[in-house]
Formats: sequence, C-alpha cells, structure tokens
Amino acid sequence: MSYVAHDETDFARPAEIEEMELYHPKTFIGKYIWSQDAKVIGVQYSITAIAVGLVALVLSGLMRLQLGFPHTFSFINPSNYLQFVTMHGMIMVVYLLTALFLGGFGNYLIPLMIGARDMVFPYVNMISYWIYLFAVLLLMASFFVPGGSTGAGWTMYPPQAILDGTPGAQWGIILMLVSLAFFIIGFTMGGLNYVVTVLQARTRGMTMMRLPLTIWGIFMATVLALLAFPALFVSCIMMTLDQALGTSFFLPALVSKGQLLDHNGGSPVLFQHLFWFFGHPEVYIVALPAFGIVSDLISVHARKNIFGYRMMVWAILIIGGLSFVVWAHHMYVSGMNPYFGFFFATTTLIIAVPTALKVYNWVLTLWRGDIHFTVPMLFAIGFIFTFVNGGLTGLFLGNVPIDIPLSKTMFVVAHFHMVMAVSPVLVVFGAIYHWYPKVTGRMLNDSMGKFHFWVTFIGSYAIYYPMHYLGFLGVPRRYYAVENIDFIPQSAHSLNVAITVAALIVGAVQVVFLYNLVWSYFKGKPSGDNPWQATTMEWQTAHTPPTHGNFGKELPVVYRWAYDYSVPGAQTDFIPQNQPPSKSTGGNEAKSQ
Amino acid sequence: MTTVLLVLVTIMATVVWWLFRQTINVKPWVERRPGSELQGDVAFSLPSVKVGLWVFLAVATSLFALLISAYYMRMAGADWTTLAVPQGLWLNTGALILSSVAMQWTRVSARRGQINGVRSGLIAAGVFTFCFLAGQLWVWQQLSASGYFAAANPANAFFYLLTALHGLHILGGLWVWVRTTAKVARGAEVGAVRLSVELCTTYWHYLLLVWLVLFTLLLTTPPRQNSCSPDNFAVCGPTR
Amino acid sequence: MVIAIAIVLLVVGSVMFHIMSPWYLTPIASNWSTIDDTIALTFWVTGFVFVAVNLFMAYCVMRYRHRKGIKADYEPENKKLEGWLVGLTSVGIVGMLAPGLFVYARIVDVPKDAAVFEVMAKQWHWGFRFPGKDGVLGTVDARFVSDKNPFGINPDDRFGQDDVLITSPELHLPIGKPVKALLRSIDVLHDFAVPQFRVKMDLVPGLVTHTWFTPTRTGKFDLLCEQLCGVGHYVMRGKVVVEEEQAFQEWVNGYPTFAQSIAQVAGDAEAGKSLFAVCAACHGAQAEGNPAMNAPKLSGQGDWYLKRQLVSFKHGARGTHENDVYGKQMAPMAATLADDAAMNDVVAYIKTLPDNRAPVTLKDYGASSKNLYATCEACHGADGQGIQAMNAPRLAGMSDWYMVTQLKNFKHRIRGAGPDDRYGPQMATVAAVLADDQAAKDLVAYINTFK
Repeated sequence: MSYVAHDETDFARPAEIEEMELYHPKTFIGKYIWSQDAKVIGVQYSITAIAVGLVALVLSGLMRLQLGFPHTFSFINPSNYLQFVTMHGMIMVVYLLTALFLGGFGNYLIPLMIGARDMVFPYVNMISYWIYLFAVLLLMASFFVPGGSTGAGWTMYPPQAILDGTPGAQWGIILMLVSLAFFIIGFTMGGLNYVVTVLQARTRGMTMMRLPLTIWGIFMATVLALLAFPALFVSCIMMTLDQALGTSFFLPALVSKGQLLDHNGGSPVLFQHLFWFFGHPEVYIVALPAFGIVSDLISVHARKNIFGYRMMVWAILIIGGLSFVVWAHHMYVSGMNPYFGFFFATTTLIIAVPTALKVYNWVLTLWRGDIHFTVPMLFAIGFIFTFVNGGLTGLFLGNVPIDIPLSKTMFVVAHFHMVMAVSPVLVVFGAIYHWYPKVTGRMLNDSMGKFHFWVTFIGSYAIYYPMHYLGFLGVPRRYYAVENIDFIPQSAHSLNVAITVAALIVGAVQVVFLYNLVWSYFKGKPSGDNPWQATTMEWQTAHTPPTHGNFGKELPVVYRWAYDYSVPGAQTDFIPQNQPPSKSTGGNEAKSQ
Repeated sequence: MTTVLLVLVTIMATVVWWLFRQTINVKPWVERRPGSELQGDVAFSLPSVKVGLWVFLAVATSLFALLISAYYMRMAGADWTTLAVPQGLWLNTGALILSSVAMQWTRVSARRGQINGVRSGLIAAGVFTFCFLAGQLWVWQQLSASGYFAAANPANAFFYLLTALHGLHILGGLWVWVRTTAKVARGAEVGAVRLSVELCTTYWHYLLLVWLVLFTLLLTTPPRQNSCSPDNFAVCGPTR
Repeated sequence: MVIAIAIVLLVVGSVMFHIMSPWYLTPIASNWSTIDDTIALTFWVTGFVFVAVNLFMAYCVMRYRHRKGIKADYEPENKKLEGWLVGLTSVGIVGMLAPGLFVYARIVDVPKDAAVFEVMAKQWHWGFRFPGKDGVLGTVDARFVSDKNPFGINPDDRFGQDDVLITSPELHLPIGKPVKALLRSIDVLHDFAVPQFRVKMDLVPGLVTHTWFTPTRTGKFDLLCEQLCGVGHYVMRGKVVVEEEQAFQEWVNGYPTFAQSIAQVAGDAEAGKSLFAVCAACHGAQAEGNPAMNAPKLSGQGDWYLKRQLVSFKHGARGTHENDVYGKQMAPMAATLADDAAMNDVVAYIKTLPDNRAPVTLKDYGASSKNLYATCEACHGADGQGIQAMNAPRLAGMSDWYMVTQLKNFKHRIRGAGPDDRYGPQMATVAAVLADDQAAKDLVAYINTFK
C-alpha cells in the first residue's frame, strides 16, 4: 500500500506517476493462499462463496422436499425446517451473492477492467478475504452448537429471534449475529478498496464515462453496501446485547411461555426499520452488479455497443440513490405509522422507471445487433426474461393495497426469488462462462454449458412462476405444512409437488456446472487472449491468465469507450479500448460530432 | 430515521453530484487522445490512502447517524429514563479536544519539516487520547458502581453502546498512531511520516466531531421519567 | 434461435397458465373489492408490458441472429426514443400508483362507527376480547398476565370488568357491520390474516395496531398467523365465523366477562368426592388410571386441563368421532355432571389425590425421538411438565399408553378435527409430524424418561 511518490506537491494524474510497488510473493503459499493479488483474492472469494452457496442449495432442496411431500421425511421437523429456511436465505443473500458479486467479480475485474495493476490497498484486501472466510466458518459452526442454527428467518425479527420457541435462540442467533458483524467488517475493508481503486487507479484515458458498465454496477453497489451495512451492523450489536446482557433495545415487556421477562419498553419495529434500511439497498447491492455485467455480456455477444450508455449510467446512479428511501415498503403491514405507506409506495414505484429503462436498453441493444448464441448470451437473454417477470411482480408488492393481501404469502417468495435469486444467478453463470477463459486460459465446455443453461432457465421459471399463484390463493410462506386449511384445495398440494420436482432437477443439474468447471480447467479448449473479441481492458492483457501486475511492463493507455463494436468503417467488428485512433479505424469520431 | 436520512442524502448527493459532473455532456463514444482535455480523466489530486480515509469516514458517519436515529426512536419508548450526564465527561471532552489540538500541531510541524515538533506533538496527542479513553472507562465504572447497568434502562444501554463504539474507533486510530510514533522514535525523516500524520489528524478531528455530536445529544436529551407505571398505559394498552 | 422460440413459448405458456389457473384470489368476503380491482388493473398493465417486451426481444433475437457478412448497427443512443419510453413508463406507473393510493386512503381511514374488538395473540394461540356493555375495552399490560388473567387486563380498571373474553381461537363477527380490530401480542410478532377479507396486519408486542373491514358474506374462514413466530407458527390458526347479528350476540353472551372469569369460585373438594365415585370405577380410587379399563391417570394433571376436557366431553366437542371408541365411553360419564360447579368440584377433588407416577410400559426409544420432542417442548415444556399459558397439559409421569392412543387419534384426525373442538386442531397438525405409529411410541418412550 505504499507509494513511490509521497511528495504531495506532485500529485498529478495517477497513471502518470503511480507505478505501484507491487508485492512479490516467493512461495506457493504466498502466491495462492496469503495472496495480495486481487485476482487470486477474487478467485478465493468466488470459490468460498460458491461452496457456501452449495450448502444453501442443499438446504433449499430439503425445504422443497418438505413442502412437496409433507410428513414423508422424518428428519425434517418444524424446527429444523425453520433452520433450513433461515440459513438458506441468509447464506444466499449475503454470503453468496454479495460476496460473489463484489468480493469475487469485483476483485477480479476492477483492476483489470480499469487498467490498473492491482487494488490500491492489497494488504487490506487480503485481510478482507480472511475475515470473510472466518465469518463463513462461524456461520457454519452454528449448525453444530447446542440448539442448532437460528430459525428466526433471514430477517431475524426480534423478539422471537432471541426467545425460546424459536430454534437456536441461544447459541445459533448469537453466532449468526457475530458472523454478520465480521462479514460487515471484512466487507468494509474490501469495499473501501473497490471504491478507491475505481476513483484513483484508472489508467490514463480511462475516464469515468469510459468505464464498462460492469464496473459502474460494482462501484455503485459497493457505495450502497458501504453505507447500508452499518445499519445491519448496528442492529446486530443491539440484538446481541439484548440477548446476552438483557438490554431492551428491541424487546418490550413480554410474557414468554407464561413467564414475564425482564425486558421493558423496547421496539420490535425499530429493528425492522434498521434491518430494512440495510435490507432494501441489499437488493440493489445484488442487482446493480448483475445489471452492469449483463449489459456487457449483451454488448459483447451481440457485437453492438450498449444502447444508451449514458442513460444506463444515470439509471444506476438514480436507482442507487432511490434505494435508500424505499425501505419501509417491506413494512406496510408491520404496524408502523400507516401514513408512511403513501410515501414509500410512491418512491418504490418511481424506481420502476429507471429500472424499466435499463430493460428497454438491453433489448434495444439486441435490436439490429449481430447476435451470437454463445452460452453467456443465452444466460443474458434468460436474465432479461426472468428479470422482466420479477420486476413486474414488484409493482404488485410496491403498491400498498395490493401488498396487503399478498405480503407474507408465497407470492413474495416467488417475486424475490425471480428478481434477486434467479435473475442475478443467471448473470453469475453467464459471467462465469464469459470470464472463465480469462481466469484459466481455457474455455468452458459448450455442450455442458448449453445443457446447464436450458435446464436452469426453464426449470427455475417452472419453479417460481406457478408459485405466484399459490400466493394469490393466500398460501402463507414459512409454513412447515399447509394442510387442514380450508381455502387451500388439494390441487395446490399437487402444484407444490410439481414445484419440488422442478427444484430438485434444477438443483441436481448444478452438478454438471461444477463438473464443467473442473473438467474444463484441465481439458478445456485453450482460449487465447481474447476469445470473445471483446474491447474491454481485461482481454488486452499480455498473458492469459494475466500475471501479477496485469499489464506487463507498461500500463496501457485508453483511447475510447468500452463499446466500440461494429464501428462503421473499421476493419474488425471491435476496437479494443487501448487501440490508438488511426485513419483505418477512424470515422466514428467524425460521425458522432 | 430523519437524522440518518439527512446524513445519507448528503453523502449520496455528494457522490451523485461528483459523478454527475464527471458524466454530464460527455459523449463517451467519441474517441480522443488522453490528455486532450478529457473530462474525468483526473483522479482526485490526493493520495489514495486519503481518499480511502474519507470514504471510511463516510461509512463511520452512516454508522453513527444510524445509532443516533435509533436513539431518537427508542427515546419515545415509555420506559425511557434519561441518564444524568456524568460530570466526568466534561473532563474527557477536554482531553479529546487537547489531543486533537496536539494532532493539528503535529501536522503543522510536519508541514514545516520540524521532526522535533512532530515527535512532541504525537506524544502529546497520544497521551491526551489515552487520558480520554481512561476517563471514559472511569465514567463507566462510576456509572455501574452507582447502579446504572446497561440492562436497567435503554438510556444507559445507549450510553454504553455509543461510548463503546466511539472508543473502538479511537483505538483503531491509536493503532496507526503507535506505528507512526514508533517510526519517529526510530528516527524516521519527516517526509516518511507526513502522510500518516495527516491521516491521523483528519481522523482525530473527525472523531472529536463525532464525540461532540454524541455529547451534545446526551446533554440535550430532555430529562424524562419512567412513565409506564400501572397508572399509565399510553403505550401498553388500547387508548380510549 | 431456439431461445427466441423458447421465449415465445414461455410467454404464451405464462399467459395460458394465468387464464387457466385454478389458483387465484379466494372469493372475497369483505368490503375490500377495490383491492381486487387494483390487482386486476395492475395485471392488465404489467401483463401488457410482459408480453410486449418479451415478444419484442424474441423478435430481435430471431431477426438479428448472427449471419455471415452482416454487421451490427452502430447507434450509441437515441434520446428521443429513450425519452418516449421513459414517458410512457411513467404514465403506466402513475396509472397503477394513483388508484392504489386512493384505495389505501380508504384503508387507513377507519370509519367512526366501526365496532371495536381486540385480537390478542401469543405463541401459538389466538384470543379475542369484546368491550362488553359499556362499549369500552379496559386497559391491559403484559405485566398483568397470569394463569387467572390470560389477557393481562388491568384489574383496577372498571372498563375492563365487563369485557367479554374469548379464549378459544374461534372468532365470530356480525355480517354487514364495519369492525375495527385492535391487535396486540404479549410475546413475539404475529400477523392477523384472513385471506378472504384481504386484511393483514402485524401484532407487535408493546404496541396496539389495528385494521378494519366489513364482512359481507356469512361463512367460516381461516385465520392464519402470517408473521414467523417460532416453531409453532404453522399451527397458529383460528377461524372467523361471519353470521347474522342475532347469532353473533348469542355467541358473545355465551362467554364470561373478565369479572366473571376472575370470580370463578374454586371447586369444593368435599362435594367432589362423592361425584368422583362414578369416575373411580374406571380411573381408580386414587385416579391413578387403569389400562384395563382404558382409563388414563388423572391425578397430577392440571385442573384447568381436566376441566376443559370435561366440558368438551359434555358438550360433544370430544368423544363424538365414530372411531373414538373410548372417547365415546367417556362422553356419557361427563354428562352425569350436572353443571359447571359440579365439574369444578370433581376437579378440585382430583387435585387432592396423591400424584404417583404411572407405570412405564414403553422404554426403548429411537435416536430421533429426542429431536422430535423439540417440537413438543415449545408448548409442553422441556420436562413435559405442561404449561397452562400454552394450553398444553402435563405429559411427564402420566399414562404412557394413553398418550400413544391420543397421538394416533390426533394424527388420524379422530381427535382434534371435530367442528367444535377449538384446541384440538393445533395438536392434530403437530401430530401429523409423526411418520408412523412406531414414531408415536418412540416419542412417548422418550417422554417416559422425564422425572
């Protein structure tokens, strides 16, 4: 983290003076374990996140088994069912998606795409990963403590999260809260890196408006995360104190199992405000990187510049800004002042406008494109479809009177899975198929990739689209069993069976993906430096996989934006960002002015 | 939540304003050579560590603003009994102000290249900061000795929580202080520690500001007694 | 190429699914049909966008697929087009939001003449309170909650004395009148949700929340807790019966007021002794139980539970199912007790009898039994001692063979499924967790290990 130049009178453009003193690992361990290279850290983050995500995937399979075939599996009882629900949710949202998008893709792609040698604080970056790993281990440990992990739902609403009658109300919840606190500390370290690196370490010519949208998405998501995670941090500390020291931040006077407890006056609604103040931006922390990445996938594989780049950037900024003033739409029926509903419904529906614009621009990028049906492109198209579906059902839930009958039913489950599980995960897959060649130097197997795509895409739509209708019917979520309820007909149980079967198939097919990752690492087709013929800087490195320091002896200079595809008059259908203007490639300059 | 909203709106507004200035009226698809007046090519004319520190201060501001919001919301609870501000806090505040002044003195010395001034300034700042922390611990001890346990009342709990988090931030700063002071003690040049000194100074001023805000918050909390007795169920039951 | 066809098929399939789905909003039973209208409107707008965007995308994918020699267009942006799209989207958004806000304005505006009643929730039961003759609900606080005062009503508040307390999870409401439900919880968050009424609101400990509606259709509707409230969340159910005003009044009058429930005199054990002679024939002189007669041990069981069972047998809430062989024997016995006072007397007498542990007939239990008991523990207590606040009777040291029978009865809906059994359905749903009869035996064998 030290700089050659310390004389503050000489702070000119960073790229001109700041050759970073790179850290030089000598041993295998230094290179791949205690590594300060953002690329290695990115891979470490990704592997850890995917591993813990697999645990969550298995948990969701167990939940679906119970819902599809109630009372068939004696090892799933009401209490561990709730533990599955809780751990699945928390792992997927925080430990998988947040860590993978920001820690994984962020670390790998930011320095490469902006033309930097590494993150600006490599040591802090390394610590960030190890703290994240520690948080993951703490969370996994909670499966094995007395009482098991917490079963309070990923929202962990007090008072029930810390009272008897909820699984893991003693040890499980404490471990969860402490693990989250560590996650946040670790993330803040990483997040500072991502933001400062984007601001400070861009190479010469890489202006903010020449950044690929991937970087914009990750950058804005990191800003959101840095500002929103403190809310979760505060509520974690306060709830830990309530549980361990008997304070009353969130607990009013209450009678549990016939016993009057020693709490007084606390406000459970206060926790919900704090939680959702984090929780809503969290949605965009997951969504914005996905937006950014998918924009690039579409542009590269349709050989066309992203349509309306400026609008896309502003939409990301506006969505990020607005995401801080919509949190209470999760609380329409929470008992908060009902008049807040008017304000939050309005802000929530306003967000739909920039979001819709992004969708239009993705589709308009395809319009008059030259679409190659590569696996990343298939995933990108799949994403647009599921995201449109999930985004539109959000308009139901954002509007207060519609939210009242639908909230806390399977409709909500279906909506948020469609919009922040299926959609971002499709992007994750697309991104892995897209960047795997850069990371390993080999292509992922195409046939396995296509098989993986079709089953995942169609399968997950088959899981969540019908689920909305269970929600319309009024089937509540987080129910261990829904039998003996008059308004739920037998046919709804059959539908549950069908959903479970689809879910198990989709879950099982992920094995093909994992196998592909391993198989291609050894036997995949060598990719070359730029297999997709993309313009962005990560494909212009001298070596693939890029060596430490990314760009060889001299940092590249950037002359153009990231989307010069199919430029009229150019010889090839793409012009790398670092290719200097010349007569043969010119033409767009004249045209655009 | 109004407080936190205001703070965050300010932070987000700064972010968006800066980005907007970078982006408005730029036609990114027009290719230009770098150096030919490219808007947004320039990073902040600050070392990255400083930018990093400012970003971190924004995160810390979000944290404290959220706590203050929670404080205000919880204050409406019926069982709130405002904590009488311990007199010792005035003394501690004095110590923290002095440490901040000493840091500023160090910074000025560092600019002038006076290593002696840097040395004495750093030591003075460290001593005053330790005084502050010790003073805070002493206030804690006094409070718990006179029965103001965290669990007894939310006002007490908040007091412990706010001071603890503020103290932890100071401890974090002291870690950098220790490294810097050690460097100076080993006879480093002024130039080698100037950046660290400047970072510490900014951080110290910031934490002084946070403390003044927290202290004002404690001082201005209206005194109120526990009102949820069996005679008054304003919150505990249906109103008629 | 295939993906374009797949997208078209998925769009068509989704629309078909919507049209043919047998799963949709339940037939409405309250005044909130405007909510359904808002949903329908939103469906039209979003449905149009869904179809339009996706079909256009499918068209693009098909039309502009890669072909040799064709280059993509170069068009960085088109401000006019983007402006139009933003404008049209905004119109659509306003078109959905504005009606929604108008409907919501009515939801937050409770009519002045709405009749007030209270819903009180605790893990995992519903209770209800009506204001009584003075029309005012008494004040309450969690700190007043006790076995005698489950609602936590302030005993010094004169307005609370005539409040009618309904401890069973069945609520009756008159048709055609606006009602305002005050919602209150004494432990954790719960949620009052009746799908047919389209109402939903959290019950928050430390707060009183509310919701209002006008029932418009008679019938019996499911009341569900829809805010995760612990292990028993999925069994926290109730019923709402909407009926004519007169039937409703009769129903309310059938329940005791707070003053009456407090004043209930303890039974007279002396008087109970002679009444117990009938019981002793089967249950034994010491109420120690007699497996040969299929009569369980009664001594040591909570008096509140014995009373509740006597009432159930007498009034046909229990012992009426055709397969409940032994229950049917008990029903006429309970009928010999003339009135409430007689039952109190018998129960009081049983309380004086020595509590000796029932003989253990089941010993070996599987490894999973302990895990299974976790579900029971939440209500029946860690040692199976029974918790009145949870309406859960004592299990430890009681007749084990009897518990096995009852678990089977609950599981097979012989007990707990009758129309008048208000406490049974919860246990019936929980008993469904047991995979088979052996699991019931294992579980009881585990309960036998409690001291």
